[in-house]
Amino acid sequence: MELIIDGLRKAIEMILTGDREILEITWLTLRVCLMAILISSLIGLPFGMFLGLKRFKGRKVILTLINIGMGLPPVVAGLWITMLLWRSGPLGHLQLLYSPTAIVMAQVLVSLPIVTGLTSSAFQQINDKMLLQIKALGATKIQTIMILLKQTKIAIVAAIMAGFGRVIAEVGAAMMVGGNIQGDTRILTTSIVMEVSKGNFDVALAISFILLTVALLITAALTMLQQRKRLS
Amino acid sequence: MLKNRFFATLFVFMLLILSACGNTEPDQADAKEKKTEPKAEPTELILATTTSTQDSGLLDVLLPIFEEENNVKVKTIAVGTGQALEMGTKGEADVLLVHAPKSEEELVTSGDAVNRKRVMYNDFILVGPKDNPAGVSGEDINAAFQKINETKANFVTRGDDSGTHKKELGIWTAVNIQPSGDTYISTGQGMGASLQIANEKNGYILTDRATWLAQEKNLTNLKIVVEGGKDLMNIYHVMQVNPEKHDMVNSKDAEKFVEFMISSETQDVIEGFGKEDYGQSLFFKYTE
Repeated sequence: MELIIDGLRKAIEMILTGDREILEITWLTLRVCLMAILISSLIGLPFGMFLGLKRFKGRKVILTLINIGMGLPPVVAGLWITMLLWRSGPLGHLQLLYSPTAIVMAQVLVSLPIVTGLTSSAFQQINDKMLLQIKALGATKIQTIMILLKQTKIAIVAAIMAGFGRVIAEVGAAMMVGGNIQGDTRILTTSIVMEVSKGNFDVALAISFILLTVALLITAALTMLQQRKRLS
Repeated sequence: MLKNRFFATLFVFMLLILSACGNTEPDQADAKEKKTEPKAEPTELILATTTSTQDSGLLDVLLPIFEEENNVKVKTIAVGTGQALEMGTKGEADVLLVHAPKSEEELVTSGDAVNRKRVMYNDFILVGPKDNPAGVSGEDINAAFQKINETKANFVTRGDDSGTHKKELGIWTAVNIQPSGDTYISTGQGMGASLQIANEKNGYILTDRATWLAQEKNLTNLKIVVEGGKDLMNIYHVMQVNPEKHDMVNSKDAEKFVEFMISSETQDVIEGFGKEDYGQSLFFKYTE
């Protein structure tokens, strides 16, 4: 109990005094996670929409793969990316291992299936009759998409939030492909692991509070966006 | 056209993220330049090392000096010695700082590592529950291992192919015991985490002194039971990964790093490290 209070106090102290290292780590975490979820959304939303609306051969196979991907353990993603980026691996010449870019790659790998899968579920639920009606009213393709996006807004933001939750909580892959290098690839989750292994439980707790605050702020912003009443 | 305010907002939000991502780079570059004046872009050196050098805080003291002197950015990958050596044989690292002399010699023989130099030592100690159920003490580590085995007291092992794990296995081999059973707890984790487990499970555990001193405050159920025997010396070597055998190895900076580690200035820093916090050195000079 005392430890928790100590941790909280330390967290507040770190934020108030502007502990340079912790600020840098937090900033890097934000950049990496937002970048990852942005890429996942840019690919996953259109792809999920496509999978949800179109019917074609092999679609069920793709959906199954994506659903498996939703549960892809981050360490597995980390291991694959590591082997890909090794100096002796196929992308070794890019020298990306142990860089923030590598972390983004691993995070996209674990969050893309979530965003895609949940988006496609949302679009699969759209009533066929409604699609017919939209067509009957003579909507253009773009207009149709806009209407459907409106319909699925809540589910789409939920998909983004679920993906974001995955990337900000992720530690196994970030440790493997990032290496937890000070001032370079150390993010909040990997610092927590390191501080625990150093036996600095108070610092680890403090960082965990900072991580939770960051997650809370972003999720709250997205929730506001999701729950806003339509103004049209 | 953008009737839908929601998607407009989402779009702006994403743009903001993008610009935030884009902006940071020049910011950081600015900050760096201010610090180091108009120096050339630093080269990168990958150092694969053991968790003990990082968890004890030694590298936090040494690396900034080296980076400043040579305009190099050292990327430290702190893993078990087994994995660090494996990174050497695969050419994934440029320079290694490890403590498993026998396995290191294999790397030198196979030609994966060159320019291997002795750097420092500290010692292994056996820690165990305060009530000491196996009744071990003194300096003789072999006798202590035998007693623990006979009394079936809990023993926690790293089980991760690290330098400390290799050392422990060497002692078991020396006393001709194949440890097994419920009382032999294999964690597969680093030194700090394993010490925690020993603390909770009332087990004996072999550890390096540096990690023990750094974590002692959290390990309220444990105390040192065996120390000081000369078999318990823990020797660290630094070596370069052979650039002739592996592509893309940064041998220029790796060589500088080896030189740096055995220079007398660095050796003084190593021996001075920890005196302030623990009242004793965590590592001792030990060049050839």
